[in-house]
Amino acid sequence: MPAAAKIRFENVEKRFALRDGEHVALGGISFEVGAGEFFVIVGPSGCGKTTLLRIAAGLDQPTSGRVAIAHGEGERPENAMIFQGESIFPWMTVRENASYGLRMRGAARAHIDEVVGHYLDRTGLRRFADAYPYQLSGGMKQRVSIARAFACDPEVLLMDEPFSALDEQNRTLLQEELLRIWDETKKTVVFITHSVDEAVTLGDRIMIMSADGLPKAYVDVPFPRPRSVLDLRATPEYGRLFHDIWAQLRTEIHEVA
Amino acid sequence: MKIGEATRDRVLSVASPVALFVLWEIASRAHWIDPRFFPAPSSIAGTFGQMIANGTLLSNTLTTLERLAIGIVVGGVPGLLLGLAMGLYRPVYALVDPLISATYPVPKSAILPLILLVFGLGEPSKIAMVAIGMFYPVVINTAAGVRQIDRIYFDVGRNFGARGWPVFHTIAFPGALPVIMTGVKLGAGLGLILIAIAEMVGAQSGLGFLIWNAWQILQVNVMYVGLITIAVIGFVLTVLLNELERLLIPSRTRR
Repeated sequence: MPAAAKIRFENVEKRFALRDGEHVALGGISFEVGAGEFFVIVGPSGCGKTTLLRIAAGLDQPTSGRVAIAHGEGERPENAMIFQGESIFPWMTVRENASYGLRMRGAARAHIDEVVGHYLDRTGLRRFADAYPYQLSGGMKQRVSIARAFACDPEVLLMDEPFSALDEQNRTLLQEELLRIWDETKKTVVFITHSVDEAVTLGDRIMIMSADGLPKAYVDVPFPRPRSVLDLRATPEYGRLFHDIWAQLRTEIHEVA
Repeated sequence: MKIGEATRDRVLSVASPVALFVLWEIASRAHWIDPRFFPAPSSIAGTFGQMIANGTLLSNTLTTLERLAIGIVVGGVPGLLLGLAMGLYRPVYALVDPLISATYPVPKSAILPLILLVFGLGEPSKIAMVAIGMFYPVVINTAAGVRQIDRIYFDVGRNFGARGWPVFHTIAFPGALPVIMTGVKLGAGLGLILIAIAEMVGAQSGLGFLIWNAWQILQVNVMYVGLITIAVIGFVLTVLLNELERLLIPSRTRR
């Protein structure tokens, strides 16, 4: 792991009060993600990984513990989230959606046009800049979400299963595009998924989460960058890593089910 | 000659009112119906021309339109703001909703005497009636419209730094706009009904007064002129609001 920690989870705990007692969503998690690291959390459904990310995003409060994000140079937001499912505003055009973060931060018009234009180009959305979401496919909508998050140049990018609603082909395409854009920016990323495939394809380091909301194991992903999703998946190392992680995860899934 | 179905339908939908007028004209002239109550359309048209020429129609129409417009703004803007606040903040909803639910079922026309008592016979009572008609549908629809917005959009707003006013105008208002517009249309229609009633009871001008006065002095032709004018206002209002809706909600025009 790189020396400088960018985002640090300190004993993050989340409990929900239920009628018959208490549900522990997160049982006190501590870990660090280095600057420029692509960190993937993989775990079974219901293990609390989305809760963890929402706490990091400031959308939920932990019962105890905290998440600290180190500030680099310049004025930039702490984090930007790419949400699961449909999260772009149906009442805004693609361009208005992509520029939302910058507009909310009161960025200068010329700066917004330049940055948003760049990410619309990188995501292949330029032609659709003035289209409304109802005119776009699911993959295109998620590209808007990606452009929106990158455009506001946050300290940390948080991604909550952004491709889980897409079909296989679109998912692979978007994974490739995400890697390409990420390679240019080397942002610190915390990416959540339930797909082992996706974790191994994208991550520098993977945290396997247990069903009861605790880190179970950390796995380093040794593949060099830039990566080609297809070539990567053809290598025996990929298969071995996939197998190892899947084996660890399987016991957790049984526990939940 | 064969004609297309669309053309045929258009011809038929023009033909039916024309046929009605022709029948009415004949029936009235032949005294099959009492021409004192149902004067021939041609004679109503004559009265129309006179009232346009001597300016009474225009001045009364403008008076009604002015009251309607002011009342729509006076009732609509607070309805919109309160509705947004109710939709966004649960305590505001809990505080205000019982008051609205309790007073909403009172027929708006039934509170005219109270309004006259409070606001007097002048302009404020007319405007108040329209405002009340506008306020309820707008506040109720706005609150409901905001509450049906998917929570994720508020999360996105928070995550990207929207606080306070930007939450209103980038999420709550545009997200609720389709539902709000339905409330605005309902409210404007109700306002038109109420202004007619209010002008009949406590006014010396306006189309409602014109109609009521025509009855009192048995100028049936004038009454028809007033009725037709009000109907046209209602029609134009609907068309304008539909057009406004189309302009304001480009993302929903082809759904």
